[in-house]
Amino acid sequence: MLELDNIVKAFGGFHAVDGCSLKVNKGEILGLVGPNGAGKTTLFNVIAGALQPTSGKITFLGEDVTPLSTDALFHKGLVRTFQIPHEFHRLTVLENLMMVPPAQPGENLFANWLNWGAVRRREEEVRQLAMDTLAFLELTHVADERAGNLSGGQKKLLELGRTMMTNAKLVLLDEPAAGVNRTLLRKLEEKIQILNRERGYTFILIEHDMEMIEKLCHPVVCMAEGRVLIEGDFHMVRSDPRVLEAYLGETAAAREAASHDTVVEEVRGEELRKEDI
Amino acid sequence: MELIGLANYAIFMGILIGIYALLSLALNIQWGFTGLFNAGVAGFFAIGAYTSAILTSTPALNRMGGFEWPILLGWAAAMLVAAMIAWPIGKICLRFRSDYLAIATIGVAEIFRLIIKSEDWLTGGSRGITGIPRPFGDLPYVQSQLAYLALVVIAVLVVYLLVERQLKAPWGRMMRAIRDNEAAAAAMGKQVEARRLQAFIFGSAIMGLAGALFVHFNRSITPEAIDPMIATFLIWIMLILGGSGNNRGAILGAAVIWIIWSVSELLTDRLPTEVAIQAKYIRIFIIGLMLQLVLRFRPEGILPEERKRNPVGPG
Repeated sequence: MLELDNIVKAFGGFHAVDGCSLKVNKGEILGLVGPNGAGKTTLFNVIAGALQPTSGKITFLGEDVTPLSTDALFHKGLVRTFQIPHEFHRLTVLENLMMVPPAQPGENLFANWLNWGAVRRREEEVRQLAMDTLAFLELTHVADERAGNLSGGQKKLLELGRTMMTNAKLVLLDEPAAGVNRTLLRKLEEKIQILNRERGYTFILIEHDMEMIEKLCHPVVCMAEGRVLIEGDFHMVRSDPRVLEAYLGETAAAREAASHDTVVEEVRGEELRKEDI
Repeated sequence: MELIGLANYAIFMGILIGIYALLSLALNIQWGFTGLFNAGVAGFFAIGAYTSAILTSTPALNRMGGFEWPILLGWAAAMLVAAMIAWPIGKICLRFRSDYLAIATIGVAEIFRLIIKSEDWLTGGSRGITGIPRPFGDLPYVQSQLAYLALVVIAVLVVYLLVERQLKAPWGRMMRAIRDNEAAAAAMGKQVEARRLQAFIFGSAIMGLAGALFVHFNRSITPEAIDPMIATFLIWIMLILGGSGNNRGAILGAAVIWIIWSVSELLTDRLPTEVAIQAKYIRIFIIGLMLQLVLRFRPEGILPEERKRNPVGPG
């Protein structure tokens, strides 16, 4: 569905994404993990068209979409959410959802005068869809609140809700769990799974909450220093020494690994033997 | 006698309030809905004023025109020319972030002012343009004033309904979304740059109309008549005080500020001459103080932006 070929994004001399290649298949929930500064969000910005890659090629549904801007990609079915919620704070929650669908004749300056019937019909459809989405997210009771007044977790749900207002094919979720309490988090996980199974959304999920990654994601990709370090299932990625090293630094990784991993049992064994001697 | 004088003054004030209400509504489209910091309102006001003046005035020796067009055509042309000039300016300037846009538009307005002042062949330079017809200008003074007031009120009403309907429509929702969060609006498939340009042109056209109404009311125009202190900064204060994002607030703000502004002029004119000159600066101070107080205690203005409850479609 989505293919990244050797993507590089440099800011001056600093390569935030440095030769990243990745393939996402239809129906997957791909978990993207990695330490802070690994280039995950920058990669998202590049995929979503908010940043142009310095070099490399992005193929989406068999089409080269490298030069396309964010708004053009949206119409192709590639929708993103933001790490820090980007709600329209002075619009109501319902309006936040209603502004999303494409092909709204009422967005044309003149249609409001010349094609009133069509504007009204489409507006009713959009409203119904928004109400259904709010019901799905269990946010109906705050429909008329200003989005800026929602809690952090509710804003995350609203971000997810916006992706449901269009025929999305691939959804990029940037840390949907950050700042969300446990109860709401379980709800969020459930919603993502339903969207994946029932609506056939493909997801790429950046997340630091490993429980969520374990529960939802296959495959899991770990990035470090702008590159893909390893790709595989959750347990494989988790126990890979290179991943620990990327997260914790070299020596700390060894220590961390020593405390619970079988692979590193030997290391501990060696240490014990040294102590014996 | 005193009473008639007061009534005349009220009509005069009403006409100007109407004209400034148009400017304030226009700025509301740009700033209130879309978040464009246009600090060059006076420029588009002047373009509208001069366009209609050149097209409808009687021929003159020292400059191009006038063409003696019908007045209504002059008004339409004022809107069209203001919109056409706004297009390339918007194309260039709207790429800037809000604070830079403000500086750029101040500059643009200043360029217009200098062109108007120095291009004698087109605008009559500092002598300006005279012989501009006024609708119902042949009637006796009071009737003529009343008729013009009616015309201005109709214009404000029409523009209000037009803008209000656009605001309540999906178009307005999209613009407010762009204002609140540009990146998210783009991520939701909206063409942010083109839409901002649309709002800039729409607002500028209405500023042009206000300029045309102003020039036909005065029957003449000189570069001094368009003072950025009033036609830009006072308009901003009107909108912020009235409530940006709310069309009724924009109109209310125009009325409140203009009444304070002109009544304070009446009062300072009655002071002895040596104090009167200094008192003029007190007026600017009072307006500045009011703005400070509103921003401190009611930053959303007298009539804040409405929260739409369960919208059942536009209009």
